[in-house]
Amino acid sequence: MPIETDPSTAFAAFAHPERLVSSSWLADHLGQPGLVVVESDEDVLLYETGHIEGAVKIDWHTDLNDPVTRDYLDGAGFAKLVGSKGIARDTTVVIYGDKNNWWAAYALWVFTLFGHEDVRLLDGAHPKWEAEGRPYTTEVPTPTAVDYPVVERDDVTYRAFKEQVLEHLGKPLIDVRSPEEYSGERTHMPAYPEEGALRGGHIPTAKSVPWARAVAEDGSFKSRPELEAIYLGEAGLKPGDDVIAYCRIGERSSHTWFALTYLLGFEGVRNYDGSWTEWGSAVRVPIVKGTEPGTL
Amino acid sequence: MTDTALPAALAEIQEEFLALEQRDRLQLLLEFSHELPALPERYADHPDLLERVVECQSPVFLFVEVDDDRIVHVFVTAPKEAPTTRGFASILVQGLAGLTVDEVLAVPQDYPLEIGLTEAVSPLRIRGMMALLGRIQRQVVEKSTEVSQPGGS
Repeated sequence: MPIETDPSTAFAAFAHPERLVSSSWLADHLGQPGLVVVESDEDVLLYETGHIEGAVKIDWHTDLNDPVTRDYLDGAGFAKLVGSKGIARDTTVVIYGDKNNWWAAYALWVFTLFGHEDVRLLDGAHPKWEAEGRPYTTEVPTPTAVDYPVVERDDVTYRAFKEQVLEHLGKPLIDVRSPEEYSGERTHMPAYPEEGALRGGHIPTAKSVPWARAVAEDGSFKSRPELEAIYLGEAGLKPGDDVIAYCRIGERSSHTWFALTYLLGFEGVRNYDGSWTEWGSAVRVPIVKGTEPGTL
Repeated sequence: MTDTALPAALAEIQEEFLALEQRDRLQLLLEFSHELPALPERYADHPDLLERVVECQSPVFLFVEVDDDRIVHVFVTAPKEAPTTRGFASILVQGLAGLTVDEVLAVPQDYPLEIGLTEAVSPLRIRGMMALLGRIQRQVVEKSTEVSQPGGS
């Protein structure tokens, strides 16, 4: 990795501490050549109200999604997008965003589909940065565009489609939505617009672990023992398991994908981005209602 | 398009947005977010009087008053961490200001889709604004019934 990783002891116990940086590390490294900071938010205007100095904005809805097909941009589109933000193939990218890095983790996952090697999350994101009294600016940087190679997206290693989920049944699934969505009381998340799933419930045998349980009070990730108690203890995952995580459209489950893959060291975790908006409307796929995982 | 039926202020806001390039539309929405008026004191101290808009992606609360002249007054609050929602709310508060009950109820429900923001903001986010408009109109129905039928539910 071109830029040294954060040696913070807080991250040392994680399987891949190099995937996180602390706010103090970031403050010390701002402006260093080879580093690009990216803000990626739920709120499309939040960046405009103030952001970390030098940070560029990548919006999930308007930048990372294909505008027509329900898919992400392709290799050429990704190369054009990130190249225009001054990101080269060997750039160290640090991403942060609102809702405890929920959309930041989603952006990081998309970078990973394109094999961008050095992409990290700012632990604690806005809440920690603000709690430590660190500044924002409204000045929008004008990066010089650089060449980024056109890389074919890897839709196999970290991404699962409905067919793969059907083949996977019998192996661990994590449903990261709210308990009301899991049980089928509602087909969309609390406080969010209806997104069109026709049926409520969950994929049979999926364990319910709402994504935000990975987050501590101050907005940073919980410690490894705390995460292990949740995912290995309560959800019953075993080291080496192949896991598929899903939510509503794949955004919250990116956050869980990050925690399982980089903090706990699971190597076979895939994010099912079709998630409930696909599964809950698909014909003849199995669904379980209620609070129990259910059987196949 | 339903331009002819739109109240003047909403039509003017629509024209303002449509006249701009995509990128500048976001800036205008940001300006609207700065203009969302603070809640009047009688509501600031009584959050229980406000209705939560559960479809919005951030904690958003609204309250509608219908006065004796059947003029509608809309109050909305949203946190500073949700500037997009504040912008949507501000457009509606400004665009509906001074309208009568009938005029508010005649605003087309798809107005939020017609102000040129679906590309810059994304259709999914626009749904929060449609929900906001829908709840305002529902409250107007409830409140205007209360005015004409004292003692009603």
